[in-house]
Amino acid sequence: MNRQEYLKVVDKLTPKENTGKDALNAFLLGGTIGFLGEGIKMILTSCYHLTVDDAISWVLIIFIFLACLLTSLGTFDNIVSKFKCGLIIPITGFAHSIMSCALDYKKDGLITGIGANFFKLAGCVLLYGTISGFIFGIIKVIINV
Amino acid sequence: MFNYKNVYIEEWFSIVGPKAKETNLKKYNLSINDYYFNESTFEKAEVKMQKIILNYFNRNSKPSVLVASDLMDQMTSSAIGAKNVSIPYLGLYNACASSVSGLITIANMLSFKNIKDGLFITSSHNLTAGKQFRFPTEYGAPVPKRSTITATGAIGIKLTKKETKYKIVSSTLGMVTDSYIKDAYNMGAVMAPSAVRTLIDHLKNQNKSPEDYDLVITGDLGEVGKKIFLELLKKENIKLKNYEDAGANFYQKNEASGASGPAVLPLYFFNNTIYNKKYKRILLLATGSLHSPLLVNQKESIPAVTHAIEIEVSK
Repeated sequence: MNRQEYLKVVDKLTPKENTGKDALNAFLLGGTIGFLGEGIKMILTSCYHLTVDDAISWVLIIFIFLACLLTSLGTFDNIVSKFKCGLIIPITGFAHSIMSCALDYKKDGLITGIGANFFKLAGCVLLYGTISGFIFGIIKVIINV
Repeated sequence: MFNYKNVYIEEWFSIVGPKAKETNLKKYNLSINDYYFNESTFEKAEVKMQKIILNYFNRNSKPSVLVASDLMDQMTSSAIGAKNVSIPYLGLYNACASSVSGLITIANMLSFKNIKDGLFITSSHNLTAGKQFRFPTEYGAPVPKRSTITATGAIGIKLTKKETKYKIVSSTLGMVTDSYIKDAYNMGAVMAPSAVRTLIDHLKNQNKSPEDYDLVITGDLGEVGKKIFLELLKKENIKLKNYEDAGANFYQKNEASGASGPAVLPLYFFNNTIYNKKYKRILLLATGSLHSPLLVNQKESIPAVTHAIEIEVSK
């Protein structure tokens, strides 16, 4: 059987992922996280009289802390398996990716283990985030001229 | 390819991970309750499984040779496990096809006069293999339906020249087959063509037809790979009397496509199939996907290999 024929057989017999359901799940949970963040921000600005900028920083700190705590307790991975990108795309996913790497490599030494692998998954977010920031910055400058 | 006159399976010792109760295994010697197995790392837990098996088989006399296999880095757990036992050692990597390749290696060694018996050990640990081939343990990366999940467990099998109920009749070493697949999640599709190829080769070498076997059992193709395997057999006009896939049958309820790992086929075969009195002549096809993170990242299609061994069970 040649390559094309075999790939056709595989394609026919491999179960398809339910992307519609996954997207809806992710949308709802991602939205809930955004909703919670907005709620916390409103509480911080009205009850604790923080400026909006400070309140947003606190929201991020709270979410990063919660994600890291749940990862360390071993529950966050189960939630990620269910809600997928709803948790991976927000800042909770970024914190979780770093924390899970740190936990995985903690026995491999501070330098060769945690140090070398801390940004194993998050590194690409940092790199391509910076590059796209640079590109969009230039586009903005051109548009404004 | 190889025919044996006096190679027998003497005994085996199985250890199953925390999901032992969710498997279809009828018997096993030991189950571990947590992935750490009272050790500080998952890696040490896997080593501990191998050490327990070694200690069990060393209780009376040492086997003449030790062949071992696992999935961790450059076969770390086998090497550490064998460190203090002083038995001539051979590490063997054929991914999930290691089980049968180990048995073939020992069976061939037993044709030498001074080798009276040999021990094969293999182990896999869900969380050390995940770290090796996929994402960090706690990351919980979503698993697609076509993917198989590495089982936690280990097994030691001792071969001997003394006659027992379980005779190894013949074997065939498989050829590495290109699967054309680049998707490391679809292991079933990667391994199915090589399983078909080795089955055909074995039948040809031994001058036998599929009806001569009461059961053909594949390693860890999973639900998806099993369907592809049967579809490919249909195109080759081969009809099997009875067929099972250890990976698809390992758990009572499959989360994804099934279980995988070098220990899956021997654990399922020696703790379930062998107790089925219907089956006298059984052909084991251990399927292995020979991928590495490097090969997958560089977008090479994944090669696979399948080794076959024929076992005869007498009353």
